[in-house]
Amino acid sequence: MKHTENIRCRAAAATTESRWVRWLLIGVSLTFLGLFLAMPLAAVFAQALSRGWAMYVRSLGDSDALSAIRLTLLVALIAVPVNTVFGVAAAWAIAKFQFFGKSVLITLIDLPYSVSPVISGMVLVLLFGRQGWLGPWLEARGIHVVFAVSGIVLATLFVTFPFVARELIPLMQAQGTEEEEAARLLGASGWQTFRRVTLPNIKWGLLYGVILCNARAMGEFGAVSVVSGHIRGETNTMPLHVEVLYNEYNTTAAFAVASLLALLALVTLVLKSVLQWKTGEQLTPEEQGYTGD
Amino acid sequence: MTLKQHSILPGFGLTMGFTLFYLSLIVLIPLAGLLLKSATISWDQFYAAVTDPQVVASYKITFGASLVAASVNAVFGLAVAWVLVRYSFPGKNIVDAMVDLPFAMPTAVSGIALTAIYAPNGWIGRWLDPLGIEVAYTQLGIMVALTFIGLPFVVRTLQPALEDMDVEIEEAAASLGATRLQTFVRVIFPAIMPALLTGFALAFARALGEYGSVVFISGNLPMKTQIVPLLIMTKLEQYNYAEAAAIAVVALGASFAVLLFINIVQWWSRRYAA
Repeated sequence: MKHTENIRCRAAAATTESRWVRWLLIGVSLTFLGLFLAMPLAAVFAQALSRGWAMYVRSLGDSDALSAIRLTLLVALIAVPVNTVFGVAAAWAIAKFQFFGKSVLITLIDLPYSVSPVISGMVLVLLFGRQGWLGPWLEARGIHVVFAVSGIVLATLFVTFPFVARELIPLMQAQGTEEEEAARLLGASGWQTFRRVTLPNIKWGLLYGVILCNARAMGEFGAVSVVSGHIRGETNTMPLHVEVLYNEYNTTAAFAVASLLALLALVTLVLKSVLQWKTGEQLTPEEQGYTGD
Repeated sequence: MTLKQHSILPGFGLTMGFTLFYLSLIVLIPLAGLLLKSATISWDQFYAAVTDPQVVASYKITFGASLVAASVNAVFGLAVAWVLVRYSFPGKNIVDAMVDLPFAMPTAVSGIALTAIYAPNGWIGRWLDPLGIEVAYTQLGIMVALTFIGLPFVVRTLQPALEDMDVEIEEAAASLGATRLQTFVRVIFPAIMPALLTGFALAFARALGEYGSVVFISGNLPMKTQIVPLLIMTKLEQYNYAEAAAIAVVALGASFAVLLFINIVQWWSRRYAA
């Protein structure tokens, strides 16, 4: 008994490092993460509360801050559902059917990930701006896109375009089509098949994609910054309002608004961990598709 | 040959039609507009726009800082991934979840937070300032921001690769007399090399296009701390759309080249593994 235990101990020792190497690596890693991750997060809240709780509440109650919060919620409320519907439709077409050119289509859906946020916003200016292709025509009809809310919505739709689709496509491909085919053979309609068979199978993955899409929609800065024009109280989303306040040396107010966005990030991380634990998988960054602003 | 194989499942026409329509409307037509815009100037003008000394300087700054940041992340990201996969310590799950913070945090928030920390009176800046090391408003600051933003790419790409490794191979190496260091260098490292390269390239690609977290800490001095996205932004603010489009086409070309590299690495590692 003692003998086998001894051997097992030695087998374990052969595939791990000595105690001091282990603690050195843990120490180095935690120091690095502490400096680069924990400290910026702590700094946001420390700066936001640096002049007291009353000042913090007053910064958030400011009418420009409130309108920025409203606009951010409005943009997310439009962009997230639209891209969710697209994501489900694209995943259904790609995962449940065999057709020519599928991998090209997947590559095209991923395209917004590899475009710099500034360029994402800029393509809208080139299209809808005063010197753009469609801009003069639309402006003659009283429709403004650049420096208006509709431009912000379009920019957000562009940058959050792949999030839900990218989450669902591999998931639905792995699940195959047998269950849906069985439902059809038993007489279910197409919609019933989707609602009763497919949706329960993909609900956690769908929620995961929606959460990531929402975090990006509310936090997008570069693309939105190009098309917004930074009109206070009108076309400022929360990240843009942070920038305006910061550039006016109104640091405490800037960090107060930023702290709300940091809270959103923390909530996103918690939900993400819960969903990962529920589905028991760890996604690589490519699957999560984080390549933008 | 038909374009689509027969299936008893409904909805292909509807979902595919909507997918193609929406993809064209939101992504393809706007991107085509960019290419058309850059084609409205002559080749000579295009060449002059993208090789202007200020533009070339911004390529160098962006490329150099992204390379340094991705390299720092390759080293420390490997350590973090290793520690998270192989060891157990208190609070590990929280640390693991925190790695995604740069993904979840809006970039403008990260940008002002990093600037506050590294400013001469900030938490870290006040210790570096007496040593004569300036971070905020220098190229070092750009590297710090890009390191922050790129870290999760390396860690999250390496974690599954490390988890998939068979312990038997390491046991075999040990039983054949290899020291732990030899096992790591000769057995483990070659196996995770494709994942490390992919993570490095993903972090690099992200850094090339990054704007929000860099704009506050960089100071935006032409020729010194002006990155490519900031330069494009400046040209747009001057209503110099054609030059902005030309520079954007070059920047897009660079990020597509990196993506191509990632695909080649993955194709090569699959062939190697098979």
